[in-house]
Amino acid sequence: MKKKTAMALAAAITMAFTAQVSTASAAKKTKACFVYIGPVGDFGWTYQHDQGRQAVEKAFGDEVETAYLESVPESSEAQRPIEGLARSGCNIIFTTSFNYMDPTNKAAKKFPDVKFEHATGFKREYPNVSNYSSKFYQGRYVQGQIAAKMSKTGVAGYIASFPIPEVVRGINSFILGAQSVNPDFKLKVVWVSTWFDPPKEADAAKALIDQGVDIVTQHTDSTAAMQVAAERGVLAFGQASDMIKFGPKTQLTAIIDDWAPYYISRVKAVMDGTWKQVNVWEGMAEGNVVMAPFTNMPDDVAKMATETVAKITSGELEPFTGPVMKQDGTVWLKAGERADIGTMLGMNFYVKGVDDKLPQ
Amino acid sequence: MDLVVIVSVIISVCAASTPLLLAATGELVVERSGVLNLGVEGMMIIGAVTGFAMAQVTGNPYLGALAAIAAGAFFSLLFAFLTLSLATNQVATGLALTILGLGLSGMIGEGFVGQPGIKMEAVNIPFLTDIPVVGKLLFGQDVIFYSSLILVAAVSWFLFRTRAGLMLRSVGDNPQSAHALGIPVIRTRYLAVLFGGACSGLAGAHLSLVYVPQWVEGMTAGRGWIALALVVFASWRPARVLVGAYLFGAVTIAQFHAQALGIPIPAQFLTSLPYLATIFVLVLIARNRRMTLINTPASLSQPFVPDR
Repeated sequence: MKKKTAMALAAAITMAFTAQVSTASAAKKTKACFVYIGPVGDFGWTYQHDQGRQAVEKAFGDEVETAYLESVPESSEAQRPIEGLARSGCNIIFTTSFNYMDPTNKAAKKFPDVKFEHATGFKREYPNVSNYSSKFYQGRYVQGQIAAKMSKTGVAGYIASFPIPEVVRGINSFILGAQSVNPDFKLKVVWVSTWFDPPKEADAAKALIDQGVDIVTQHTDSTAAMQVAAERGVLAFGQASDMIKFGPKTQLTAIIDDWAPYYISRVKAVMDGTWKQVNVWEGMAEGNVVMAPFTNMPDDVAKMATETVAKITSGELEPFTGPVMKQDGTVWLKAGERADIGTMLGMNFYVKGVDDKLPQ
Repeated sequence: MDLVVIVSVIISVCAASTPLLLAATGELVVERSGVLNLGVEGMMIIGAVTGFAMAQVTGNPYLGALAAIAAGAFFSLLFAFLTLSLATNQVATGLALTILGLGLSGMIGEGFVGQPGIKMEAVNIPFLTDIPVVGKLLFGQDVIFYSSLILVAAVSWFLFRTRAGLMLRSVGDNPQSAHALGIPVIRTRYLAVLFGGACSGLAGAHLSLVYVPQWVEGMTAGRGWIALALVVFASWRPARVLVGAYLFGAVTIAQFHAQALGIPIPAQFLTSLPYLATIFVLVLIARNRRMTLINTPASLSQPFVPDR
C-alpha cells in the first residue's frame, strides 16, 4: 500500500509540473482529471471509467485535456493525490471510488474554484461537490432472475468487496430478482475485503464452487472469478465490463457501466460555465447501466431477461418494491410500496433470503 | 462435504501456496548467503508479466515459465550488481527493485491487458491421474506445483548436505572468514541472488499462467512480501518454509469456506487471519532466542567489501 502511495504521489508531483507548463501555453483548455482505485487495465470498474475519460477526449478534441491517477488507495491516503491534481490546474476532478468521499470533500473546501465529482458516495459538504452513481442494482435484479432460472443447485455465490451501501444494494437486488422466480433461492456471500486482487478473487470463486454454488457473481473488479468459473464449468456474470472474452461459454450477461454520457455532459457544463451541484443517480432508462448480450442460456430465459430490462427501463418495474422483508423477518416495504432514495443510498441491511451475516 | 470436495479444496490450497513457497525458498537461499533482497515482489511481478507475454506470443506456457525464470534472474542481477559490486544499502536497493518492478511490469504488460491467457494445463498421467479421489491431487496438478516441492527438497539437501551449501552458509555467517579461507564471497552471493530471482520469476509465472491466466497490473498484490515474512517465519529452514507456505495457503482458502458456510465470524477478521497467523508464529519464534540465533545468517544484510 505504501509503495502505491509513493507512486501516486510521484505521479502527482510530476503532473503538477507538466500541467503548469501546458496551462501556460493553452490557457483556455479545460482540464478534466480522474482518480482511479485500480489500474486502467483491470478490465472492470476502472477500465470503464477510463473509457469514459477517453470518450471525453474524443468528444471535445483540442478543447479539453485529461489526466488520471491510477491505483490510488482509498481513505485519507487519497487526500494528497486529489489535492495534487487540483493544484495542477484541473478544472473538474472525478474521484471514482466510494472511500474517496471524505478526501474529495476536504479537497473541495481547499479548492473552491475546482469542481469535484464523487462517484457512488453521498456527501456534498461544499457547493463545488457533486455526487453521481448508476443504478447497477437494476442489472443485479435481472441477473438474479437469470440465476434462479439457470441454477441446478438453487444456490448462487456472490463475491463481495466491502460492506458499503452500493454493494449491499446489489446483493439485495440480486436475491429479490432470484426470489421473484424461485422463492427458495439461496445466495452465499463471501467478502474478500479488496476491490482488486485477482488471485484472491479466484480463491473466493473456487471456495464458493466447492460449496455447491453453480452460478458465480461478483462485485470486485477483475476477471479472475469469470476464469475460475469457466475452468470449473459453472456459469457466471461479468462485472462492470463485458467479460465474455474470459468466459465465452460461461458468461450469462454482464452489467456494463457506461460513464461516457455523464462525463461528457459534466465536462461540457464546466466549459459552458453552467456547472451546478447535482446528485445524479441514473440507470437503465438513461443508458448508464447496460446489459451485455444474454448468452449461454435458453431462449425463454433470455426473453424473460429482455422483458425485465424493458420493464425496468420504462419504470414499470422497480426491484425494491414491497412486499420485502428484512433478513430478520421484520417488514421493510409493504405490498406495492417503493423504497425511498435515502434508504436505498444508505442501505446497510440484508433482505430475507441472503445466507450471510452482514459485516458491520 | 464429501471426499471429492475435500480434494478439490486441497488442490485450491496447493495453488494458493505454490507461488509463496517458490518465492520464499529462493529468498531463503539469498538470505542464507547473507544478502537481504526486499525486491521479491518486484521480481515476482516481472516474472508474471514476462511469463504471460512469452506464453501469448509463442502460444506455449512452458516457454512462458522459462522466460519468467530468466527474467526474474536477470532482474535480480541489477540488485546483485548494486549491492554486491557497488556495496549499496541492501534494504534501500531491494525496495527500489520492488517499485521498479511494479512500474516496469505495467509498462511491459500494457499491450497484454484484457487478453485471456493460455493456462498451463494440469498434467495427466494415464491410470495414475484416474485413481479415484487422490489421483487428481497427487498426479493431476500443474508442473510448477511439482517443481516447487522438488525445489524445497533440493535446496534443503544442498544447504545442509553438500560442501557448496556449507560454503554458502559460511559466506552468510562470516564473510570475512570465508574470504580468508579462499571462498569467493561475492561470486557466491551473486549466484544466490540470481537463484532467488529465478525462483521469484517462476512464482510470478505461476500466478499469470496457472492461478489466474491473465495479466493485470499489480496482480501479485503483496505476495512477495508474504514470501519474505515466510522466510523469517521459517527461521531460515527450508522444511519450515514448506510448512509456513501451506499453512498460509490453507488459512487463505479456509476463510472463504468459513464465510460460505455461514460461520458467524466477522469477515474482516477472517480476511486478516493469514496475516495474524504469521505475526503469531513470528512472536513464538522470537521467544526462543537461541533457536533463532542458530539459524539466522549472522551477517544478513551487511555489505561485504573484500580488502577493506
